[in-house]
Amino acid sequence: MFVTPAYAQTAPAASETPAATVGEPHAAPAGELHTETGVPGDHGATGVFPPFDFATYPSQLVWLAITFGIFFLVMHKVIAPRLAAILGDRHDRIAADLSEAGRLKAEADAAVETYEKELAAARAKGAGIADAAREAAKTKAAADRAAIEEELASKLAAAEARIADIKAKAFANVGDIAEETAAGIVDQLIGAKTSGEEVKAAVAAVKTEA
Amino acid sequence: MANDPTHQFVVQPIIPMEIGGWDLSFTNASLFMVATVAAATGFLYFATASRSLIPGRMQSVAEMSYEFIAGMLREGAGTKGMVFFPFVFSLFMFVLTANLLGMFPYFFTVTSQIIVTFALAVLVIGTVIVYGFYKHGLHFLGIFAPQGVPKVLLPLVSSIEVISFLSRPISLSVRLFANMLAGHITLKVFAGFVTSMGALGAVGIGGAVLPLIMTVAMTGLEFLVSFLQAYVFAVLTCMYLNDAVHGGH
Repeated sequence: MFVTPAYAQTAPAASETPAATVGEPHAAPAGELHTETGVPGDHGATGVFPPFDFATYPSQLVWLAITFGIFFLVMHKVIAPRLAAILGDRHDRIAADLSEAGRLKAEADAAVETYEKELAAARAKGAGIADAAREAAKTKAAADRAAIEEELASKLAAAEARIADIKAKAFANVGDIAEETAAGIVDQLIGAKTSGEEVKAAVAAVKTEA
Repeated sequence: MANDPTHQFVVQPIIPMEIGGWDLSFTNASLFMVATVAAATGFLYFATASRSLIPGRMQSVAEMSYEFIAGMLREGAGTKGMVFFPFVFSLFMFVLTANLLGMFPYFFTVTSQIIVTFALAVLVIGTVIVYGFYKHGLHFLGIFAPQGVPKVLLPLVSSIEVISFLSRPISLSVRLFANMLAGHITLKVFAGFVTSMGALGAVGIGGAVLPLIMTVAMTGLEFLVSFLQAYVFAVLTCMYLNDAVHGGH
Protein backbone atom coordinates (compact mmCIF):
# COMPACT_ATOMS: atom_id res chain seq x y z
CA MET A 1 0.00 0.00 0.00
CA PHE A 2 0.95 3.63 -0.02
CA VAL A 3 2.88 5.43 2.63
CA THR A 4 0.51 8.29 3.11
CA PRO A 5 1.82 11.83 3.04
CA ALA A 6 -0.07 12.43 6.25
CA TYR A 7 1.75 9.59 7.89
CA ALA A 8 4.99 10.67 6.41
CA GLN A 9 4.51 14.02 8.09
CA THR A 10 3.13 12.86 11.40
CA ALA A 11 5.16 9.74 11.97
CA PRO A 12 8.48 11.47 12.55
CA ALA A 13 6.77 14.08 14.66
CA ALA A 14 5.14 11.38 16.75
CA SER A 15 8.37 9.51 17.19
CA GLU A 16 10.29 12.62 18.01
CA THR A 17 7.85 14.08 20.48
CA PRO A 18 5.68 11.64 22.40
CA ALA A 19 3.76 14.74 23.60
CA ALA A 20 2.23 14.82 20.15
CA THR A 21 -0.02 12.01 21.34
CA VAL A 22 -2.36 14.74 22.49
CA GLY A 23 -3.15 15.34 18.85
CA GLU A 24 -2.98 11.65 17.97
CA PRO A 25 -3.78 9.70 21.10
CA HIS A 26 -4.16 6.49 19.17
CA ALA A 27 -0.59 6.84 18.13
CA ALA A 28 0.38 5.98 21.70
CA PRO A 29 -0.18 2.24 21.34
CA ALA A 30 0.99 2.60 17.79
CA GLY A 31 4.50 1.58 18.64
CA GLU A 32 3.34 -1.73 20.07
CA LEU A 33 0.90 -2.33 17.28
CA HIS A 34 3.49 -1.63 14.67
CA THR A 35 5.63 -4.37 16.02
CA GLU A 36 2.67 -6.69 16.22
CA THR A 37 1.49 -6.20 12.69
CA GLY A 38 4.91 -5.78 11.28
CA VAL A 39 3.60 -3.38 8.66
CA PRO A 40 4.41 0.02 10.08
CA GLY A 41 2.59 2.92 8.58
CA ASP A 42 0.33 0.68 6.59
CA HIS A 43 -2.92 2.22 7.67
CA GLY A 44 -3.39 5.59 9.24
CA ALA A 45 -1.50 6.29 12.38
CA THR A 46 -2.09 3.10 14.34
CA GLY A 47 -1.11 0.49 11.85
CA VAL A 48 -4.34 -1.46 12.08
CA PHE A 49 -7.31 -1.41 9.81
CA PRO A 50 -9.21 1.57 11.27
CA PRO A 51 -12.54 -0.16 12.02
CA PHE A 52 -10.63 -2.81 13.99
CA ASP A 53 -8.70 -0.29 16.02
CA PHE A 54 -9.84 -1.28 19.49
CA ALA A 55 -8.47 1.90 21.00
CA THR A 56 -11.33 3.84 19.41
CA TYR A 57 -14.06 1.50 20.71
CA PRO A 58 -14.68 3.00 24.17
CA SER A 59 -15.08 6.48 22.71
CA GLN A 60 -17.34 5.25 19.91
CA LEU A 61 -19.48 3.19 22.29
CA VAL A 62 -19.89 6.02 24.76
CA TRP A 63 -20.75 8.58 22.10
CA LEU A 64 -23.06 6.15 20.34
CA ALA A 65 -24.83 5.53 23.63
CA ILE A 66 -25.17 9.27 24.25
CA THR A 67 -26.28 10.25 20.75
CA PHE A 68 -28.51 7.26 20.08
CA GLY A 69 -29.97 7.51 23.57
CA ILE A 70 -30.91 11.15 23.01
CA PHE A 71 -32.20 10.31 19.55
CA PHE A 72 -34.36 7.48 20.90
CA LEU A 73 -35.77 9.71 23.63
CA VAL A 74 -36.63 12.45 21.17
CA MET A 75 -38.26 9.94 18.80
CA HIS A 76 -40.11 8.29 21.67
CA LYS A 77 -41.32 11.43 23.41
CA VAL A 78 -41.74 13.96 20.61
CA ILE A 79 -41.59 12.73 17.04
CA ALA A 80 -43.45 9.42 17.17
CA PRO A 81 -46.39 10.79 19.22
CA ARG A 82 -46.54 13.84 16.99
CA LEU A 83 -46.60 11.80 13.79
CA ALA A 84 -49.12 9.42 15.30
CA ALA A 85 -51.27 12.42 16.27
CA ILE A 86 -51.04 13.92 12.77
CA LEU A 87 -51.99 10.65 11.10
CA GLY A 88 -54.64 9.90 13.73
CA ASP A 89 -56.16 13.35 13.32
CA ARG A 90 -56.30 12.92 9.58
CA HIS A 91 -57.83 9.48 9.96
CA ASP A 92 -60.42 10.85 12.39
CA ARG A 93 -61.09 13.82 10.18
CA ILE A 94 -61.67 11.62 7.16
CA ALA A 95 -63.94 9.33 9.17
CA ALA A 96 -65.82 12.36 10.51
CA ASP A 97 -66.15 13.82 7.03
CA LEU A 98 -67.43 10.52 5.71
CA SER A 99 -70.01 10.21 8.46
CA GLU A 100 -70.98 13.87 7.89
CA ALA A 101 -71.38 13.12 4.20
CA GLY A 102 -73.52 10.09 5.09
CA ARG A 103 -75.65 12.24 7.40
CA LEU A 104 -76.11 14.89 4.69
CA LYS A 105 -77.04 12.22 2.18
CA ALA A 106 -79.64 10.83 4.56
CA GLU A 107 -80.92 14.36 5.05
CA ALA A 108 -81.12 14.90 1.31
CA ASP A 109 -82.93 11.59 0.90
CA ALA A 110 -85.40 12.59 3.58
CA ALA A 111 -85.92 15.94 1.86
CA VAL A 112 -86.57 14.21 -1.45
CA GLU A 113 -89.03 11.88 0.24
CA THR A 114 -90.83 14.80 1.89
CA TYR A 115 -90.91 16.64 -1.40
CA GLU A 116 -92.38 13.67 -3.18
CA LYS A 117 -94.92 13.20 -0.42
CA GLU A 118 -95.92 16.85 -0.65
CA LEU A 119 -96.05 16.63 -4.40
CA ALA A 120 -98.37 13.65 -4.19
CA ALA A 121 -100.51 15.46 -1.62
CA ALA A 122 -100.67 18.56 -3.82
CA ARG A 123 -101.61 16.40 -6.79
CA ALA A 124 -104.35 14.74 -4.80
CA LYS A 125 -105.54 18.13 -3.58
CA GLY A 126 -105.53 19.49 -7.14
CA ALA A 127 -107.49 16.51 -8.33
CA GLY A 128 -109.96 17.08 -5.47
CA ILE A 129 -110.40 20.71 -6.39
CA ALA A 130 -110.95 19.80 -10.02
CA ASP A 131 -113.50 17.16 -9.02
CA ALA A 132 -115.31 19.62 -6.78
CA ALA A 133 -115.31 22.25 -9.52
CA ARG A 134 -116.62 19.73 -12.00
CA GLU A 135 -119.26 18.62 -9.53
CA ALA A 136 -120.27 22.21 -8.80
CA ALA A 137 -120.43 23.01 -12.49
CA LYS A 138 -122.53 19.93 -13.05
CA THR A 139 -124.99 20.74 -10.29
CA LYS A 140 -125.18 24.36 -11.44
CA ALA A 141 -125.83 23.25 -14.98
CA ALA A 142 -128.48 20.87 -13.77
CA ALA A 143 -130.07 23.59 -11.67
CA ASP A 144 -129.99 26.04 -14.57
CA ARG A 145 -131.50 23.48 -16.84
CA ALA A 146 -134.20 22.72 -14.32
CA ALA A 147 -134.94 26.42 -13.92
CA ILE A 148 -135.07 26.96 -17.63
CA GLU A 149 -137.21 23.88 -18.09
CA GLU A 150 -139.57 25.13 -15.38
CA GLU A 151 -139.76 28.54 -17.01
CA LEU A 152 -140.36 26.97 -20.35
CA ALA A 153 -143.00 24.74 -18.82
CA SER A 154 -144.74 27.71 -17.22
CA LYS A 155 -144.57 29.65 -20.46
CA LEU A 156 -145.93 26.64 -22.26
CA ALA A 157 -148.71 26.35 -19.72
CA ALA A 158 -149.49 30.05 -20.12
CA ALA A 159 -149.49 29.67 -23.87
CA GLU A 160 -151.76 26.68 -23.65
CA ALA A 161 -154.09 28.61 -21.33
CA ARG A 162 -154.17 31.49 -23.77
CA ILE A 163 -154.81 29.12 -26.64
CA ALA A 164 -157.63 27.53 -24.65
CA ASP A 165 -158.97 30.95 -23.79
CA ILE A 166 -158.81 32.03 -27.40
CA LYS A 167 -160.38 28.77 -28.41
CA ALA A 168 -163.14 29.23 -25.87
CA LYS A 169 -163.71 32.79 -27.04
CA ALA A 170 -163.66 31.57 -30.58
CA PHE A 171 -166.21 28.96 -29.67
CA ALA A 172 -168.29 31.57 -27.99
CA ASN A 173 -168.18 33.72 -31.13
CA VAL A 174 -169.03 30.60 -33.09
CA GLY A 175 -172.42 30.56 -31.21
CA ASP A 176 -173.19 34.12 -32.19
CA ILE A 177 -172.18 33.57 -35.80
CA ALA A 178 -174.12 30.31 -35.87
CA GLU A 179 -177.16 32.08 -34.44
CA GLU A 180 -176.94 34.82 -37.03
CA THR A 181 -176.24 32.37 -39.77
CA ALA A 182 -178.99 30.05 -38.59
CA ALA A 183 -181.41 32.97 -38.37
CA GLY A 184 -180.37 34.09 -41.85
CA ILE A 185 -180.69 30.57 -43.24
CA VAL A 186 -184.07 30.10 -41.59
CA ASP A 187 -185.19 33.48 -42.88
CA GLN A 188 -184.13 32.57 -46.39
CA LEU A 189 -185.65 29.16 -46.28
CA ILE A 190 -188.88 29.74 -44.73
CA GLY A 191 -189.17 33.44 -44.68
CA ALA A 192 -190.22 33.43 -41.13
CA LYS A 193 -188.75 35.67 -38.63
CA THR A 194 -187.26 33.71 -35.82
CA SER A 195 -186.85 35.03 -32.42
CA GLY A 196 -183.41 35.29 -31.10
CA GLU A 197 -184.21 33.03 -28.18
CA GLU A 198 -185.25 30.11 -30.36
CA VAL A 199 -182.26 30.29 -32.54
CA LYS A 200 -180.04 30.62 -29.50
CA ALA A 201 -181.53 27.54 -27.92
CA ALA A 202 -181.24 25.59 -31.13
CA VAL A 203 -177.65 26.52 -31.62
CA ALA A 204 -176.88 25.69 -28.01
CA ALA A 205 -178.58 22.34 -28.52
CA VAL A 206 -176.48 21.67 -31.58
CA LYS A 207 -173.39 22.79 -29.79
CA THR A 208 -173.98 20.48 -26.88
CA GLU A 209 -174.68 17.66 -29.31
CA ALA A 210 -171.44 18.40 -31.05
CA MET B 1 -3.55 10.36 2.46
CA ALA B 2 -5.44 11.04 -0.73
CA ASN B 3 -4.93 7.56 -2.11
CA ASP B 4 -5.36 5.44 0.98
CA PRO B 5 -8.86 3.97 0.68
CA THR B 6 -9.03 3.15 4.38
CA HIS B 7 -8.01 6.57 5.60
CA GLN B 8 -11.63 7.67 5.51
CA PHE B 9 -12.39 5.23 8.32
CA VAL B 10 -9.72 6.50 10.69
CA VAL B 11 -11.17 7.79 13.93
CA GLN B 12 -9.43 10.99 14.92
CA PRO B 13 -9.98 12.87 18.12
CA ILE B 14 -11.30 16.40 17.94
CA ILE B 15 -11.66 17.09 21.65
CA PRO B 16 -9.42 14.65 23.53
CA MET B 17 -10.73 13.48 26.87
CA GLU B 18 -9.91 10.61 29.14
CA ILE B 19 -12.18 9.42 31.92
CA GLY B 20 -11.15 6.71 34.36
CA GLY B 21 -8.33 5.58 32.16
CA TRP B 22 -10.58 5.26 29.14
CA ASP B 23 -10.04 7.31 26.05
CA LEU B 24 -13.48 8.84 25.50
CA SER B 25 -12.36 11.60 23.16
CA PHE B 26 -14.91 13.46 21.10
CA THR B 27 -13.78 12.20 17.69
CA ASN B 28 -14.85 12.69 14.10
CA ALA B 29 -16.98 9.57 14.64
CA SER B 30 -18.66 11.26 17.61
CA LEU B 31 -19.12 14.41 15.56
CA PHE B 32 -20.94 12.52 12.84
CA MET B 33 -23.07 10.64 15.37
CA VAL B 34 -24.13 14.04 16.67
CA ALA B 35 -24.62 15.26 13.11
CA THR B 36 -26.72 12.19 12.30
CA VAL B 37 -28.94 12.70 15.31
CA ALA B 38 -29.17 16.43 14.67
CA ALA B 39 -30.02 15.98 10.99
CA ALA B 40 -32.61 13.26 11.56
CA THR B 41 -34.19 14.97 14.55
CA GLY B 42 -34.12 18.38 12.91
CA PHE B 43 -35.72 17.07 9.76
CA LEU B 44 -38.46 15.14 11.54
CA TYR B 45 -39.06 17.96 14.01
CA PHE B 46 -39.40 20.77 11.51
CA ALA B 47 -41.15 18.67 8.89
CA THR B 48 -43.92 17.89 11.36
CA ALA B 49 -43.91 21.25 13.16
CA SER B 50 -46.95 22.64 11.34
CA ARG B 51 -48.99 19.46 11.90
CA SER B 52 -50.88 20.20 8.70
CA LEU B 53 -53.96 18.21 7.88
CA ILE B 54 -52.84 18.32 4.27
CA PRO B 55 -49.11 17.59 4.42
CA GLY B 56 -46.46 19.46 2.50
CA ARG B 57 -43.52 17.68 0.89
CA MET B 58 -41.40 17.48 4.01
CA GLN B 59 -44.26 16.38 6.20
CA SER B 60 -45.19 13.76 3.59
CA VAL B 61 -41.70 12.31 3.79
CA ALA B 62 -41.87 12.22 7.59
CA GLU B 63 -45.29 10.59 7.47
CA MET B 64 -44.11 8.10 4.87
CA SER B 65 -41.17 7.09 7.06
CA TYR B 66 -43.57 6.67 9.98
CA GLU B 67 -46.01 4.55 8.01
CA PHE B 68 -43.18 2.61 6.39
CA ILE B 69 -41.77 1.51 9.75
CA ALA B 70 -45.21 1.08 11.33
CA GLY B 71 -46.27 -1.21 8.47
CA MET B 72 -43.01 -3.12 8.64
CA LEU B 73 -43.30 -3.62 12.39
CA ARG B 74 -46.98 -4.60 12.25
CA GLU B 75 -46.21 -7.13 9.55
CA GLY B 76 -43.10 -8.48 11.24
CA ALA B 77 -44.10 -8.51 14.90
CA GLY B 78 -47.85 -8.04 14.88
CA THR B 79 -49.96 -5.37 16.55
CA LYS B 80 -48.48 -6.20 19.95
CA GLY B 81 -45.06 -5.41 18.53
CA MET B 82 -46.09 -1.77 18.07
CA VAL B 83 -44.72 -0.99 21.54
CA PHE B 84 -41.32 -1.17 19.88
CA PHE B 85 -42.22 1.43 17.27
CA PRO B 86 -40.04 4.24 18.69
CA PHE B 87 -37.13 1.81 18.98
CA VAL B 88 -37.31 0.47 15.42
CA PHE B 89 -38.06 3.94 14.05
CA SER B 90 -35.01 5.35 15.84
CA LEU B 91 -32.81 2.53 14.58
CA PHE B 92 -33.98 2.92 11.02
CA MET B 93 -33.70 6.70 10.95
CA PHE B 94 -30.31 6.64 12.68
CA VAL B 95 -28.81 4.04 10.34
CA LEU B 96 -30.36 5.62 7.25
CA THR B 97 -29.21 9.13 8.14
CA ALA B 98 -25.73 7.92 9.07
CA ASN B 99 -25.45 6.00 5.78
CA LEU B 100 -26.66 8.95 3.72
CA LEU B 101 -24.45 11.47 5.54
CA GLY B 102 -21.52 9.17 4.81
CA MET B 103 -22.18 9.68 1.10
CA PHE B 104 -20.94 13.27 1.29
CA PRO B 105 -17.31 13.53 0.27
CA TYR B 106 -14.97 13.93 3.27
CA PHE B 107 -17.76 12.95 5.66
CA PHE B 108 -17.21 10.18 8.14
CA THR B 109 -19.50 7.17 7.89
CA VAL B 110 -20.63 6.20 11.38
CA THR B 111 -22.03 2.86 10.23
CA SER B 112 -18.73 1.81 8.64
CA GLN B 113 -17.42 1.05 12.11
CA ILE B 114 -18.02 -2.52 13.21
CA ILE B 115 -18.23 -1.47 16.85
CA VAL B 116 -21.15 0.86 16.08
CA THR B 117 -23.14 -1.67 14.05
CA PHE B 118 -22.32 -4.39 16.56
CA ALA B 119 -23.49 -2.20 19.43
CA LEU B 120 -26.76 -1.53 17.63
CA ALA B 121 -27.21 -5.25 16.87
CA VAL B 122 -26.49 -6.17 20.48
CA LEU B 123 -29.01 -3.56 21.53
CA VAL B 124 -31.61 -5.25 19.32
CA ILE B 125 -30.84 -8.77 20.53
CA GLY B 126 -30.55 -7.54 24.11
CA THR B 127 -33.99 -5.97 23.79
CA VAL B 128 -35.36 -9.24 22.39
CA ILE B 129 -33.90 -11.27 25.24
CA VAL B 130 -34.87 -8.90 28.04
CA TYR B 131 -38.39 -8.27 26.76
CA GLY B 132 -38.84 -11.95 25.88
CA PHE B 133 -38.02 -13.14 29.40
CA TYR B 134 -39.96 -10.26 30.95
CA LYS B 135 -43.06 -11.08 28.92
CA HIS B 136 -42.95 -14.87 28.78
CA GLY B 137 -40.61 -15.92 31.57
CA LEU B 138 -38.96 -19.26 30.88
CA HIS B 139 -41.51 -19.96 28.14
CA PHE B 140 -39.43 -17.60 26.05
CA LEU B 141 -36.97 -20.48 25.63
CA GLY B 142 -39.70 -22.10 23.57
CA ILE B 143 -38.37 -20.20 20.56
CA PHE B 144 -35.56 -22.74 20.52
CA ALA B 145 -37.97 -25.67 20.36
CA PRO B 146 -40.16 -25.31 17.27
CA GLN B 147 -43.51 -27.07 17.47
CA GLY B 148 -44.10 -30.25 15.53
CA VAL B 149 -40.50 -31.42 15.70
CA PRO B 150 -40.05 -35.10 16.62
CA LYS B 151 -38.54 -35.58 20.10
CA VAL B 152 -35.58 -37.43 18.65
CA LEU B 153 -34.61 -34.45 16.54
CA LEU B 154 -35.33 -31.87 19.25
CA PRO B 155 -31.75 -31.64 20.65
CA LEU B 156 -30.33 -31.20 17.18
CA VAL B 157 -32.95 -28.67 16.09
CA SER B 158 -32.66 -26.77 19.36
CA SER B 159 -28.91 -26.50 19.13
CA ILE B 160 -29.24 -25.22 15.57
CA GLU B 161 -31.83 -22.70 16.76
CA VAL B 162 -29.52 -21.54 19.55
CA ILE B 163 -26.60 -21.12 17.17
CA SER B 164 -28.80 -19.26 14.73
CA PHE B 165 -30.02 -17.02 17.54
CA LEU B 166 -26.50 -16.29 18.72
CA SER B 167 -25.30 -15.54 15.21
CA ARG B 168 -28.00 -12.94 14.71
CA PRO B 169 -26.12 -10.02 16.27
CA ILE B 170 -23.07 -10.94 14.25
CA SER B 171 -24.87 -11.24 10.92
CA LEU B 172 -26.93 -8.13 11.65
CA SER B 173 -23.89 -6.02 12.45
CA VAL B 174 -21.48 -7.43 9.89
CA ARG B 175 -24.00 -7.05 7.06
CA LEU B 176 -24.40 -3.31 7.63
CA PHE B 177 -20.74 -2.72 8.45
CA ALA B 178 -19.38 -4.68 5.49
CA ASN B 179 -21.77 -3.09 3.02
CA MET B 180 -20.90 0.43 4.05
CA LEU B 181 -17.20 -0.29 4.31
CA ALA B 182 -16.92 -2.12 1.00
CA GLY B 183 -18.97 0.48 -0.82
CA HIS B 184 -16.88 3.37 0.43
CA ILE B 185 -13.60 1.57 -0.26
CA THR B 186 -14.72 0.71 -3.79
CA LEU B 187 -15.76 4.29 -4.43
CA LYS B 188 -12.45 5.55 -3.12
CA VAL B 189 -10.45 3.08 -5.18
CA PHE B 190 -12.23 3.91 -8.41
CA ALA B 191 -12.03 7.63 -7.71
CA GLY B 192 -8.33 7.12 -7.00
CA PHE B 193 -7.92 5.53 -10.44
CA VAL B 194 -9.32 8.66 -12.01
CA THR B 195 -6.69 10.90 -10.43
CA SER B 196 -3.74 8.52 -10.83
CA MET B 197 -4.57 7.78 -14.47
CA GLY B 198 -5.22 11.44 -15.15
CA ALA B 199 -1.66 12.14 -14.06
CA LEU B 200 -0.30 9.95 -16.89
CA GLY B 201 -0.92 12.41 -19.68
CA ALA B 202 -3.35 12.44 -22.58
CA VAL B 203 -3.81 8.67 -22.85
CA GLY B 204 -4.31 8.42 -19.13
CA ILE B 205 -6.95 11.15 -19.15
CA GLY B 206 -8.78 9.30 -21.92
CA GLY B 207 -8.57 6.07 -19.94
CA ALA B 208 -9.68 7.81 -16.75
CA VAL B 209 -13.12 8.24 -18.27
CA LEU B 210 -13.94 4.62 -17.52
CA PRO B 211 -13.31 4.71 -13.75
CA LEU B 212 -15.04 8.10 -13.67
CA ILE B 213 -18.19 6.59 -15.18
CA MET B 214 -17.79 3.72 -12.75
CA THR B 215 -17.50 6.13 -9.82
CA VAL B 216 -20.65 7.96 -10.84
CA ALA B 217 -22.53 4.69 -11.22
CA MET B 218 -21.18 3.39 -7.92
CA THR B 219 -22.28 6.57 -6.18
CA GLY B 220 -25.83 5.92 -7.33
CA LEU B 221 -25.58 2.32 -6.22
CA GLU B 222 -24.23 3.39 -2.83
CA PHE B 223 -27.25 5.62 -2.24
CA LEU B 224 -29.41 2.58 -2.93
CA VAL B 225 -27.29 0.47 -0.61
CA SER B 226 -27.53 3.15 2.08
CA PHE B 227 -31.29 2.91 2.04
CA LEU B 228 -31.41 -0.83 1.51
CA GLN B 229 -29.14 -1.61 4.44
CA ALA B 230 -31.14 0.62 6.76
CA TYR B 231 -34.27 -1.14 5.53
CA VAL B 232 -32.75 -4.60 5.99
CA PHE B 233 -31.57 -3.69 9.47
CA ALA B 234 -35.05 -2.51 10.41
CA VAL B 235 -36.83 -5.51 8.84
CA LEU B 236 -34.59 -7.99 10.63
CA THR B 237 -35.06 -6.08 13.87
CA CYS B 238 -38.82 -6.45 13.42
CA MET B 239 -38.50 -10.16 12.80
CA TYR B 240 -36.30 -10.67 15.84
CA LEU B 241 -38.67 -8.61 17.97
CA ASN B 242 -41.43 -10.95 16.85
CA ASP B 243 -39.75 -13.66 18.96
CA ALA B 244 -39.76 -11.36 21.96
CA VAL B 245 -43.41 -10.39 21.50
CA HIS B 246 -44.84 -13.81 20.72
CA GLY B 247 -42.34 -16.06 22.47
CA GLY B 248 -42.22 -19.67 21.46
CA HIS B 249 -45.86 -19.93 20.43
